[in-house]
This record gives sequence, C-alpha cells and structure tokens, in this order.
Amino acid sequence: MNPEQLQSIITRIAPEAEFATEGKQFPTVVVAAPFISKLSETLRNEAGFDFLFCQSGLDYPDHMMVVYHLRQTSTGFEFVLKAKISDRQNPEVATVSHIWRTAEFHEREIYDLFGIVFTGHPDLRRIFLTDDWKGYPLRKDYSDPINLIER
Amino acid sequence: MQLEELTLISKEGNLETTEYFINMGPQHPSTHGVLRLVLTLDGEIIRKVEPHLGYIHRGIEKMSEADSYRQIIHLTDRMDYLSCHINNEAVCLCIEKGLQLEVSDRVKYIRTIIDELNRISSHQLWWGVMGMDLGAITTFLYGFRDRELITDIFELTCGARLTMNYNVPGGLMWDIPNGFQQKVKDFVAYFKLKLPEYDQLLSENIIFTERTKGIGVLSREDAISYGATGPTGRASGFSCDVRKTTPYMAYPFVNFKEITADEGDSLARYKVRILEMWESLSIIEQLIDNIPEGEHLATTKNVIKLPFGEFYQKVETARGEFGVYIVSEGKNIAYRVKYRSPGFSNLSALDHIARGCKIADLIAIMSTLDFVIPDIDR
Repeated sequence: MNPEQLQSIITRIAPEAEFATEGKQFPTVVVAAPFISKLSETLRNEAGFDFLFCQSGLDYPDHMMVVYHLRQTSTGFEFVLKAKISDRQNPEVATVSHIWRTAEFHEREIYDLFGIVFTGHPDLRRIFLTDDWKGYPLRKDYSDPINLIER
Repeated sequence: MQLEELTLISKEGNLETTEYFINMGPQHPSTHGVLRLVLTLDGEIIRKVEPHLGYIHRGIEKMSEADSYRQIIHLTDRMDYLSCHINNEAVCLCIEKGLQLEVSDRVKYIRTIIDELNRISSHQLWWGVMGMDLGAITTFLYGFRDRELITDIFELTCGARLTMNYNVPGGLMWDIPNGFQQKVKDFVAYFKLKLPEYDQLLSENIIFTERTKGIGVLSREDAISYGATGPTGRASGFSCDVRKTTPYMAYPFVNFKEITADEGDSLARYKVRILEMWESLSIIEQLIDNIPEGEHLATTKNVIKLPFGEFYQKVETARGEFGVYIVSEGKNIAYRVKYRSPGFSNLSALDHIARGCKIADLIAIMSTLDFVIPDIDR
C-alpha cells in the first residue's frame, strides 16, 4: 500500500476527499461524515486496514471532527482518516464499532466528552461521567463554574 | 413442584434458571483499583461482563488543554503509574518531534535503560499480585522484594520512587549519578538468579497452570479488532511491539526478540510477560556499559511553542501501545491532546473473552490482562 493506492480507493467512494501528505507524519484524508459508513467497510475488508489504533474527537468553532488512526498490520502502513461533521449543534456520524470492535469503547468516550452521536452504536451511554452530567467537557465552549478553573 | 419432577426436567436439560446480576468492585482486591464490573450470571457461568468506568477519571485530557507543554508531562505518569517513565517519554518524544529536536545518543541510551527497568518493575508487581489473586501470598513478597531494588535505582536518578519525572523535552532533568551503572549491573546480576525462582514458584505450579490454561482465549483476529496490544496482544500471536515496528530511542541499536505466543489464553499471556523480563535484562546488559559521552539535556526555549500541525507518538509501555496525539495551533499550550491508553482498549476485550467462564476464571483473566485503572480512566 502506498499513498497513491490509498487515494484511488478513497476517491472511488468519496470523490471530494481532501488529501494531504506534504509535511505530515501520516498521510491525512478528510472526508465528510456521511461517507464514513461505506468507507470504513471498504478500508477494513478490501484494503486490509484491520487495526484502528486511535480514535479521537476534535472540536473546532464551526465544525467537529472524528479522527481515525488506521494501520494495516500486514505492511505497517498507517494513515489518518478524519470525518468532518459540519453540524456542530447536533453532531452525528455512523458508528464503526461493528468493523473495529475497539471503537465501541472509544465512541462511548467521544460521546461522553464531545457529545457526538454515533448512529448504529449498540450501547451508546456515557462511559466516564455520571449519567446526569450536564454538557460535554471536552468541547471548547464548555463551562462549569464549580469544577473548572478559568485561567 | 415435586422433587421427582424437578430431577426429571434437569435430566432432560430443560431446567431454566433466571439470570442474575452481581457487582464486582469497585472495591475488590483483584480489580487492582476502582474498577466496577457488573456480571450477568447464569448460575456460576458468566454471560456478560459490563465494565463501569470513571471512578478515577480526572479529566487529564482537559487539563492538558490548559497547561503548558512542560506541565502536561507531569500528568502522564499519573495515568499508568507502573510505566511512569515510558509515559513521560512518549510526551517528550511527541514534543521533540514537533520541535524537530534530536536528542543526544547519551539521552537515548539512558532513557532506554530506564524504560526497561520500568518494564521489569511493572512485570514484577504484576507477577506478585497475580499470584496473590489466585491465592498464593508468597509471590507478592517475592515480587516486591525484587521490585524494591529498581525503585532504589529510580530514587537515585530523580528522587522519586513511583511517579518519577526524569524526562524533560530535550533530554533528562539531570545526568545519571555516580554509581548508577554499577547499581544497575548489580541488579541485573541479582535478578538473573532470582527470575528462575519465579518459574519454580508459579510457572510450574500445577494449581496455577490448571487455573490459567485454556482460560480466556483471545484469537489473533479479535486481538487486532479490539486493539489489544502489549503482552495481551502478543500472546494471541499479534506482533505489535512498538519497539520493533517503529523503533524509537536506542531500540534500533540493540538485539532482542519480540516474544509472541499462539495460544492466546491466560497462561500464554503469563509466559509472554515472564519471557519479556529476560529480554529486558538482555537489553539493559547491551546498553549499560556503552553509554556514550555527551550532553544530557539539549537547550530548549523557556516557553515551548509547537508549530501548527499534528503530532503522534507511540511507545511500548509495560501494558501495550501508548499513544500521544497532540494537535497544535502554534501556541504554548496544545489545542487538543489525546492519550491512547493501552488498558482502555485491552479492557474492551474483557467482555468477549470472559463469556462462558466461571467467576473464579474471571479473576485469572483480569490478572493476566494486567490493568492499571488510572490508565483506563485517565
């Protein structure tokens, strides 16, 4: 697998994907959130990206991101897939927990701390915080006058 | 219902029992911290394990968005406190990657030696506690007796015995003290004599092997899918040692074997860790006499600012692949820091491998998965 092959696989499904390799540690691909469902299946089953070694949420002023760090264990090739969620008020993206089982916990964590809803997730509940917690702490506009010290 | 009728039904296999729940933890000695598991049981057979996390959730990722780069290093050794030095190193390497700073060979050698001492001390504690979980008090005393010598060496380097902060961006806080090499060599010689005792006490013990063999089998495919790394993943035949796949520090300069096994059961996970201690001793031996001369700390600016971009660094802790993902917007604090902790992913496999086992087997499975709860909760 090289970045060109990866690009051809991804543009087949998501033609508007943005690629970046220059000056990056890993090749980075940004796609719109609705493509994730189809793309993740293809990457896992056809391209052999079998190990999701990190999944994280990112909050920007006008959009949110879910970042998938993927590895092909047969070759060691790694790249970063980013799902851009434009609707910051009601962020939603399809789950990948049936494809990479490790995502089940990671998505619960992202839901807990960012409030991103993963559609199709088997058990989407808060994982660290209590069920009656208000708000999503890792969002940049989160405020909690009691527990958070402003600097 | 009459007794005769009941016996008849149970003989035909139609006797239905009601599933019930039991809380294991959060204060349970064999969960090694405050982890609460809700078990769904059918008689004594586990149908489902549901971990409830967050008892030690301190919001380290949120704190990392408010503190400077030098300050966040001191949070990471509070996550996996048994791999404190390796965790700190991951953050330092990530910052150094952002600054495009190459540390001297001397730093690489010393960091690697302490990494391996850290790995041995973590495995010693795991070994001692594992025996105790399964009812052998002696192992606890043996494990802690030997671990004490390593914490003494840690104390020499930076003053701390558990959550040591020896790493700083650009190198080490201080140079190694006089007598450090001799102390490490003494320890290696001593522990080479003591490690066979570990095998005599536990590895060859029939009660122990019967309780771990074939218990909690994790296949290679599931290990990859669940993201189980470290000795847990390698015992399932998944070669995921970061020291081999993407070597960092002095690992490219040394010869060592990546220990793997095919069985994927609790005994395999146990054996992988024991053999890893031998490999760690061998790595230390190769490095300790060859520490090159040089500076122990590269000069960095007082206020560290990472350039605009994203940086990811993974290292092999005693529990598996630990990743630090820093998103920088060019300021002196990070925009977002994500810690990929090995325990979190390893725990997600627990439900899968514990189904169908007995409650007593769950204790053996949890011991061999080697959880550190602050590492999971962060």
